[in-house]
Amino acid sequence: MSRGTEDIKEKARRALEKPAPIGPDVDLRRYRDEAGERPPVEDLSKLPEPQRQRMTKAGIDVTERQRAGSLIVMDHSVVHRRQNIQDLEILDIRQALQSYPDIRDFWWKAVPVDADKFTATAELDLDTGYFIRARAGARSTFPLQACLFIGQDGLAQKVHNLIIAEEGAELHIITGCAVDLNVRTALHVGITEIYVKKGATVTFTMIHNWGENVEVRPRTSIMVEEGGTFISNYVLMEPVQSIQTYPTAYLVGKGAVARFSSVIVGLPGSHIDVGSRVVLQAPETRAEIISRSISAGGHIIARGHLLGEAPRVKAHLECRGLMLRDDGIISAIPELSTRFADVDMSHEAAVGRIAQEEIEYLMARGISKEDAVAIIVRGFLNVKIEGLPAELQADLDRVIQTADLSGL
Amino acid sequence: MKKPLLEIQDLHVSVEDKEILHGIDLVVPEGETHILFGPNGSGKTTLLNTIMGLSGYRVTQGRILFDGQDITHLPPYERARLGIGMAFQRPPTLHGVRLRDMVRLAAGNGDNLDIEGLARRLNLTEHLDRDVNAGFSGGEIKRSELLQLKAQSPRLVMLDEPESGVDLENIQLIGQIIAELLQKTTHHHYERRVSGLIITHTGFILDYVEADRGHVLCNGVIQCSGNPREILQNIRHHGYEECVTCRVVQRI
Repeated sequence: MSRGTEDIKEKARRALEKPAPIGPDVDLRRYRDEAGERPPVEDLSKLPEPQRQRMTKAGIDVTERQRAGSLIVMDHSVVHRRQNIQDLEILDIRQALQSYPDIRDFWWKAVPVDADKFTATAELDLDTGYFIRARAGARSTFPLQACLFIGQDGLAQKVHNLIIAEEGAELHIITGCAVDLNVRTALHVGITEIYVKKGATVTFTMIHNWGENVEVRPRTSIMVEEGGTFISNYVLMEPVQSIQTYPTAYLVGKGAVARFSSVIVGLPGSHIDVGSRVVLQAPETRAEIISRSISAGGHIIARGHLLGEAPRVKAHLECRGLMLRDDGIISAIPELSTRFADVDMSHEAAVGRIAQEEIEYLMARGISKEDAVAIIVRGFLNVKIEGLPAELQADLDRVIQTADLSGL
Repeated sequence: MKKPLLEIQDLHVSVEDKEILHGIDLVVPEGETHILFGPNGSGKTTLLNTIMGLSGYRVTQGRILFDGQDITHLPPYERARLGIGMAFQRPPTLHGVRLRDMVRLAAGNGDNLDIEGLARRLNLTEHLDRDVNAGFSGGEIKRSELLQLKAQSPRLVMLDEPESGVDLENIQLIGQIIAELLQKTTHHHYERRVSGLIITHTGFILDYVEADRGHVLCNGVIQCSGNPREILQNIRHHGYEECVTCRVVQRI
């Protein structure tokens, strides 16, 4: 083992008991670390119906017709991998680390290994993950898809993903996370490091489809070089016990752009602490954060943080929350900070309930009250993302429009 | 005697515990169009909103019958399904809901509605894919409301100052569409007998619609009823002052 690798391990060991600065603490020992090997799945459409359904709801195309490639993780095994385009690689991370030793240069460079116990445990007890690389200039209309699926009750799944878009590449990724119907409790720890090189574009769409007693701690950072664009979409409309995540994009090159949008529905019993942070470190970089939260009894903390660390940056943060019931909580916490005068940074936040007049307007057209509420809720969640390819927007719309809102 | 479609009996309505309507009696027979006149604050909009069943308008006495059925306490969507349709004067914006979807919803199920054609006629083609009322001008809102009503195809059409905010270019168009809404055409093999209840200040609608009867609402009561053109003439000459003080006019 090389010196550098040993240093990383040592840092991780020291951070193993370090709680995250925000979010409920998790007892890692509650979850099983051993999963056993899962057999390969040749054809995703042959998966048992419930699993297929859970994956489809998380944005995974089991027919793979509209995908440039796929990688499916079940528990701790990569059970399926398909790569249709040579310049858009999608690999098991463990295999990638062996085949391409130089990608170690990107390993724990965007996310600190000793950030908290979750990053530490992901290093010391890594299960799997995916490696995606778009070679310089590569592009595809169809996205790559990755699915992180937990099929065993009580399991801990720790993954580390590495995404690299080389110069001028255009890369679209859908990551769907889901648990099987029989899974009552589980822990998912996911490290994702994304590198957007000069002039490259990455769109990263993540759809979470967990369960009522599942704890989730993603740790994501993105480095965007000169002229690069990073677009993130996050959707959570299913129950979860707790999730805490605060993806951070560092705009390190001139003119880099980051856009985050998230759509969150908080159901009873769910604790959801989700933010987006953009550090604008180079001149003329731009950022936009849009968040839409609905509490139907759940506790939602919607964070957003823009840090202007260079002159002539432009950034906006919009945080809107809708309270559907009186027993939920929404905290919208937008933050702006800079030490430069020559910046254009703003935020707006609003929290409230559905206006009665909107419901009655629809009712006056013959629509029942329940349907009127559902229409308004879907409308509220209907975020159009600038720069997102139409195919991906359609996938996203489908997930939102077909979500079961009857429980709200 | 024509069959009454809308029948209002001794209707008292309060808004925020203040009584606004003090005993309205009104019958709109099948196929007739009635015009509501009255100064600002007289209760015209309150009457329409109460007939539609909007919240905040509390019926403390009396009742509303539609096609013989007591609808006084029905929710708005059931009234709409029975055939009551209203163009909102100041409708809310529905974020994330396209006008196209709203029109489809208003049409209910199974109607093979030509949304594009209707929208083209109302100069709303480009608005179909915008959020309902988002950034619409006053005139665009009026046209969008009529588009939705055309889709809904109600048996009782209620309009609240359909001419306000409409530019000259579109006023004729609006008049024609309203006339169509109220037309007694055969539709789905049965005789369609549409009735109308229209609030107007200017009386412009009388140029387009064969109105059967007018009513003047003052201080929450119907002061007089009669030929809508004569009433309009009267108001033009003497203003509403006369109406308010006029106690001698026979309730025709």
